Amino acid sequence: MKLTRIIVGLSALMAASPALSAELTVWADATRQPAVEAFQAAHPEITVNLIVDDGSSGASGTFQTKIGLADQAGEGWPDVVFSTQNNDAAWASKETNGVQAFAQVLNEGFLDQAFLDGFTPGALDPVTVDGKVYGLRNDLAPVLFWYNKALLDQFGYAPPATWEDYQALGDKLAADHPGYFLGAIGDSFEGPYVYYWSGEAPIFQVDGDTFKSDTAAANTVKVNNLIDHMVANKTLTLDSLFGAAFVATADHLVAIPGAAWYAGALFQNPGGVNAKAGDWVAAPPLYWTDGAKVTGNVGGGVWYASSHTANADAVKVFLQFIVSDEKTAGTGGLPAYKSAADKWLDAQASSGFYAGDFKAAISAAAASVWSGWGYPNFSPETAWAKVITPGLASGKTMADLAADWQQEMKNEAQVVGYTVE
Amino acid sequence: MTILDQTAARPLRGGQLAKSRNGSVERAQGRIGLVFVSLYTLLLVVFGVLPSLYAIYLAFTKRGAFAGFDNFIRVFKDYRFLPAVEHVGLFLVVWLVSLVVLVVLLALIVHSIGVRWLSTSMRFLYYIPGALAGASSVMLWLFVLDPTVSPVAFVLHGLGLNSLVGAVQADRLPFVLAVIAFWTGAGGWIVVMYGALNNISKDLIEAARVDGAGPIRTAWSIQIPLMRKWIAYMVILSFAGGTQLFVEPRVLSQASRGVVSQDYSLNQLAFLYAFKQSDFNGSAAISLVLLIVSLGLSIFFVFKGGLFERV
Repeated sequence: MKLTRIIVGLSALMAASPALSAELTVWADATRQPAVEAFQAAHPEITVNLIVDDGSSGASGTFQTKIGLADQAGEGWPDVVFSTQNNDAAWASKETNGVQAFAQVLNEGFLDQAFLDGFTPGALDPVTVDGKVYGLRNDLAPVLFWYNKALLDQFGYAPPATWEDYQALGDKLAADHPGYFLGAIGDSFEGPYVYYWSGEAPIFQVDGDTFKSDTAAANTVKVNNLIDHMVANKTLTLDSLFGAAFVATADHLVAIPGAAWYAGALFQNPGGVNAKAGDWVAAPPLYWTDGAKVTGNVGGGVWYASSHTANADAVKVFLQFIVSDEKTAGTGGLPAYKSAADKWLDAQASSGFYAGDFKAAISAAAASVWSGWGYPNFSPETAWAKVITPGLASGKTMADLAADWQQEMKNEAQVVGYTVE
Repeated sequence: MTILDQTAARPLRGGQLAKSRNGSVERAQGRIGLVFVSLYTLLLVVFGVLPSLYAIYLAFTKRGAFAGFDNFIRVFKDYRFLPAVEHVGLFLVVWLVSLVVLVVLLALIVHSIGVRWLSTSMRFLYYIPGALAGASSVMLWLFVLDPTVSPVAFVLHGLGLNSLVGAVQADRLPFVLAVIAFWTGAGGWIVVMYGALNNISKDLIEAARVDGAGPIRTAWSIQIPLMRKWIAYMVILSFAGGTQLFVEPRVLSQASRGVVSQDYSLNQLAFLYAFKQSDFNGSAAISLVLLIVSLGLSIFFVFKGGLFERV
C-alpha cells in the first residue's frame, strides 16, 4: 500500500513538472555515445538513459527487431532511436499488426518548419514518405573521389575525372606498377552504393509499392564491365576495407571512390590507410563522360522519434540539439544540418590534412546525390553479400552474376510486400 | 545372443531384490525425486510448454482469427524455405553420422587404454571445447577459418581456400558447421559413452575374450549393442539441437559480412519472419514444423533405441 502511495505521489510530481523530471530512453550505437553524452552535459534537466546497440549496421535489422518485440509486448518503446541505415522509414512509417507506426511524423507541426528547412537540400529525402518526414539525418555520406596525390605525381599520372579515366588509370597501373590498386569491393556496400548508385544504374528503384531493378540497362552494363575489367587486372581488390588483407596493402592504394566518412574511418584511421597529412585529396565525384554529374551515397545515419513517447517536449529538445549543435552534429562525419556542415567543412579545410579544395569537393558531392535510387524496406547489401561476394571470390564476373543478383533482390522485395516489375 | 539376455536379466533381479527389501525407502526417494524435478518442471512449463502452446495458437491464426493452414502454405511457398530445409538437412546428415561414428570409436579407444592417467587426461582434453558456448566457439573458429590470421593457414591454402569468403561458401558450410558442432559437442558425449562402456559387466567382456573375440569383435558384438540406448539418446538430443541451428550461421553471417546469408537455416528464417516481416504467425508456423519433425524423429529413435524399456 505504502509503495503504491509513493508511486502515485511520484507520478503526480512528474505530471506537475515535466521539464524537471523528463527522462529519455535513447537507442544508439557506440559511435553516437559521445554525442549523447554531450547532450546530457548541455541539458542536465533531462535524464538520458542511453542503450548502446549496433545501430543496425550492415542491415542487421536490430532496430526493427527490437521495435517488433515492443509492438508485440505493447510496451518498452524507446523515445529516440538512431539507425545507421537510411531506409528504416519504409517500415517505421507504417502500422504493423494493428500497432501504430513507430516513427513520429516530425514535420506538420511537431518540429518548426523553419528548423527543418535548415537541412542541406535533399538530406531528408530518404526519410520522407508521402510528404511526411519520419526522421532527421545525422550525417550525409555522398560518394566522392579520393586520390593519393603524392603517388600519382610520383608515377606521373593525372587524376581521373570520369569513370572512363578511372578505368584507363587502372590499365596503366596494372601494366606499369602492378600491385598498386584503385579500390575494393569486398564489403557489401561498395558495389551497390559506390559503383552502381554513382554510376546511375537503375537497379534499386521504388515507385509507391512497386520495386524495380534493371540489371540489363545501359548504365548497369557499363558498371558491370567496369568492375569486371578492374577485378581482372587486379586494380580492384575483393578484400574488405576493414580487413587485415586490405590494411596490409593500404600503402599501395592510389585512389578510391568512396563516401565522405572515409575521411575519418579510412584515411585518418591508424588501423586503416593511416594517411600522411597532405598526401590525399578529396575530389569531386566521378561521372560517365556522356552522363549527368551525379553520385551515390553510403549510409548517413538517421535519428527517429517514437510516436509512443510520453516526453515529446524533451524529444524535440534532444533531436534539435543532436542534429544541429555545431560541436556535436554529424558525429565525426559531414553534418546533414547546413549550418553545422559549414562549420565542420571550415574546420576540416583549415586543418590542412587533405590537399586540394576539400570543402568544394564535399559540397559538390553532397548536392548531387542521384535521386533515382530507392529506399525500400530492405537493403541491396544482403543480396550483394549472398550472390555477388561469393560469386566474385569463386572467379565469376558481374556479367555472369547480374541476373541472379537481380532475382535475389526481387525475391526479397516480394517477401516484404512490394509488387515486383 | 544368449550372453546378452543374461546381462539384461541380471540388473532386473537386483532391482526386484531392492524393492522387496524396503518399500518405504523407495517411497522416500520418490518424494525427494519429485522435489528435484519440480524446479525443472516449473521452468519447462514457463519457458517450454507455454511458449509452444502460444506458437500453436499463432500458427493457426492471423490477426486473432482462425486461419487454418494459410500460414503454413505461405511459408512453404517462400523461396527461402526449401533451401533452408536443404541446408539444415545436409548439416544434420554430415554431423549426426560423424558424431555417431567418431564418438563411439573414440570412446571405445579411450576405454581400451589401460594406462589410467592417459585415459583420464584424454577424456579431459576431449571435454574442454564443450565448455565453450556456441557463439564463442564460432568466434574461435572464425580465426581458424580465416587464412589471413589462421594458425593453420597452410592447411587452408592446401585445400585451396585463400579467404574467409572462400572457406564459408554455401556448398562447404554444412561441413564447416558440422566440424564446429562436433568440436564443441563431441567431447561431452565421449565422456557419456565412456560411462556407458564402464557399465558393461567385466565378466561379459572376459567371457567374450575366452570365446576368442578380439577387441574389434568385442566392440562390434558386445559393446556397441549394449550402448544402443546411449547412442539413441545422443542422436535424439543432437538431432533436436541440430534442427534448431541458429547461433553458428548467425554469427558467421555477421562475421563474413553477409556471405553466409541471414536466411541460411530454418530457425533464422523464423527469426526473419518475426522481426523483419513482422509476421509472427508465419514464424510460429516454421517453429511448429520444426517441432513436429523433431518430435516425430525423436519418437522413432526412442522406440528404435529401446530408450524407455526398463531393464
